[in-house]
Amino acid sequence: MKLKVSTAPHVHSKNSVERIMLDVIIALLPTAAVGVYLFGYMAGLHIIVGVASAVLAEYAWQKLNKKTVTISDFSAALTGFLVALNVPVNAPVWITFIGSVVAIIMVKQLFGGIGDNFLNPALTARAILLASWPTHMNAFTSPSMFGTVDAVSAATPLTANYVSGASDAASSATSVAVNYSYTDLLLGNIPGTIGEVCKIAILIGFVYLLIRGVITWHIPVIMVGAVALFTWVLGGNEGVFTGDPLYAVLSGGLLFGAVFMATDYTTNPMTRKGEVIYAVGCGLIVALIREYGSYHEGVTYAILIMNIVTPLLDKYIAPKLYGRVKKNA
Amino acid sequence: MLILPKSSFKGGVHPLHNAGEGKTQTKGVPIKKYTPDTVAIPMAMHLGVPATPIVKKGDTVLVGQVIGEAQHPRSLAVHSSVSGEVIAVEERMQLGATPSTCVVIRNDFCDTWVDGIKGFGNVEEVDQSVIIPAIRDAGICGMGGACFPTHVKLTLPAGKVCDTIILNGSECETYMTCDHRLMLERPLKIIDGLRACMRALGVERGVVAIEDNKPDAIRAIADAAKGRKGVEVQVLKTKYPQGSEKQIIKAVTGKEVPSGGLPIDIGAIVMNVATAAAIADAIVDGKPLIDRITTVTGHVAVPSNLEVPIGTMIQDAITACDGYGDTPCKIIMGGGMTGLCAHDDTISIAKGSGGIVVLNEKEAKLMEEGPCIRCARCVSTCPAGLNPCLIRKLCDNEDYEGAKRENVMDCLLCGCCTYACPAHRFLTATCKIAKERIAKMRR
Repeated sequence: MKLKVSTAPHVHSKNSVERIMLDVIIALLPTAAVGVYLFGYMAGLHIIVGVASAVLAEYAWQKLNKKTVTISDFSAALTGFLVALNVPVNAPVWITFIGSVVAIIMVKQLFGGIGDNFLNPALTARAILLASWPTHMNAFTSPSMFGTVDAVSAATPLTANYVSGASDAASSATSVAVNYSYTDLLLGNIPGTIGEVCKIAILIGFVYLLIRGVITWHIPVIMVGAVALFTWVLGGNEGVFTGDPLYAVLSGGLLFGAVFMATDYTTNPMTRKGEVIYAVGCGLIVALIREYGSYHEGVTYAILIMNIVTPLLDKYIAPKLYGRVKKNA
Repeated sequence: MLILPKSSFKGGVHPLHNAGEGKTQTKGVPIKKYTPDTVAIPMAMHLGVPATPIVKKGDTVLVGQVIGEAQHPRSLAVHSSVSGEVIAVEERMQLGATPSTCVVIRNDFCDTWVDGIKGFGNVEEVDQSVIIPAIRDAGICGMGGACFPTHVKLTLPAGKVCDTIILNGSECETYMTCDHRLMLERPLKIIDGLRACMRALGVERGVVAIEDNKPDAIRAIADAAKGRKGVEVQVLKTKYPQGSEKQIIKAVTGKEVPSGGLPIDIGAIVMNVATAAAIADAIVDGKPLIDRITTVTGHVAVPSNLEVPIGTMIQDAITACDGYGDTPCKIIMGGGMTGLCAHDDTISIAKGSGGIVVLNEKEAKLMEEGPCIRCARCVSTCPAGLNPCLIRKLCDNEDYEGAKRENVMDCLLCGCCTYACPAHRFLTATCKIAKERIAKMRR
């Protein structure tokens, strides 16, 4: 009789990398759908270009370097999807294309492929795009479906807030102080990137990821909580403890970043304690950049900075060992 | 019945393999006795020095007769499990490709017992000093899988005191139901065995710990324990590896066994429920350990809980279950998480074999390893608190010193990390190799 011999365990969970990546893609669908609904078919085009170019870039790179092609694990598709959701709809489509290629080749493959990149690929691509084509990346429009089409470019809630905040100190004549209602912020009736505007859609994705066990609540909730706390402490126009935490939480890419970007396995710490420090760090840096930085949106850089801190957190924070007690205690 | 708080430990997984951890096929099936034509009884069924065979080809042996003598303090006697003629004394491959001398006996089906088998009486009245020698002479070792000689475990090192004996009825392993059936059908024996050990060591507290997925067993044991001095039942959360020695101690006593230490360092002794039942047999009837209950499941025609003589070969146990249900591709001795693969179906059921699981081609398919995505599932499931993927990285670079610094020696080899890994990495296997290498370096 011929029998297979292998080491234990002989049973496996249904977990797989493909399933995890697919779950994140599914979790992104609501916010992507709202993006297309709000910003029109061009948003859909960005998404298609983002996904296709990321997958093609990975395929081409691995073929050229005679490596195993790993596009079937959906991770490249996910990265491309995230890149597309991170650009404003008015940006030219080639911006998304460049973003996807940069994310896959420069950030992911050059550092060894899936699991070996130390920065979040999609987020790094966004940072590079922001630095290289700031006008394109800040060409925000108001959503067309709510009837306020005419504005070619509009201030995002944070820019608006930023300008109005600054104007108190300077002259108030030149600035357009736009303030959005919480309902608009929640529903997505605000200018922003394709994927970040509708907070309800993002929360649906978050709940899906929790149910599927892809992520735990810790990083998103702690990060958002930290932003709320630090904004309340630092962010007011009338001194400390007067900031508007709810406005801070609902505006910009915070929720999107906290749910889909900061939770990237590869670039966040391995231990729960490490995750908590990482999330608080992300939140603090977001609040600091938004409050004191020259740039009004801090989520991208906050997460990237904490990505860099992650190896350090992993080095010094080890999981709690069983049985580290005194003998005969 | 008292509703007790559910105790547990940190880490672990919930294997849902084939629904209900693969136990649904056999958990309702009563224990069935089966005796094969031939048995091949290995001399090395326990941890320690193998027994020395004292019979030769052509000898007639009786049930309960000593056929392998313990000629070393860390050895254990082996008794004949059937009556009949010795047809061979030869080396045979056993689990893990280890050869062992086996006494092969053709059963005459007369079931003639050897003279002089005599019980010591009621466990509550028997003289305390005879208990441990009786356990030794009955050839009893841990029947949960580790096969450590029980009399050695019950002989406390100087200066150590035992305050709690824990009977492990958690049966957290996938597929296996032999302990579950034993607790349901013979709860009194289990409690008798526990009381015998408690009396032998003068221990006041005896706990039978059972996972909450076996409410019927919890009831049966609680009923049997009524009125017995110092015996209690503790309900544990259903989670693998709840039945691992260190984890069950943490769940029951709240204390952790020091790294590199033994349970007795914190005053605890853990035994399997089947071991306790064997101890009761040894004390009450003077019966040596010659049979055991084994769950035969997976792709067999009639999955069963068989009570077979020690030395029954896998092929005969399968016959007792009306043969294979599908072409076997892998046969596991033990459960799905920690069992060893049989290379052939002529391997004998030993004192520690609680299960035989037959997997078909689809289930036995090895999954391809992918790159680690640092999802940290291995870290959060590790009951020992290790970082398996880091250990794997170090071992891939042959840095066994580094693996040692990352405490790989604390690894239980429970399999949780490999079970949970979405990239299907063989983390447990790596830890096993690292542990063996480091142990070798020490020598």
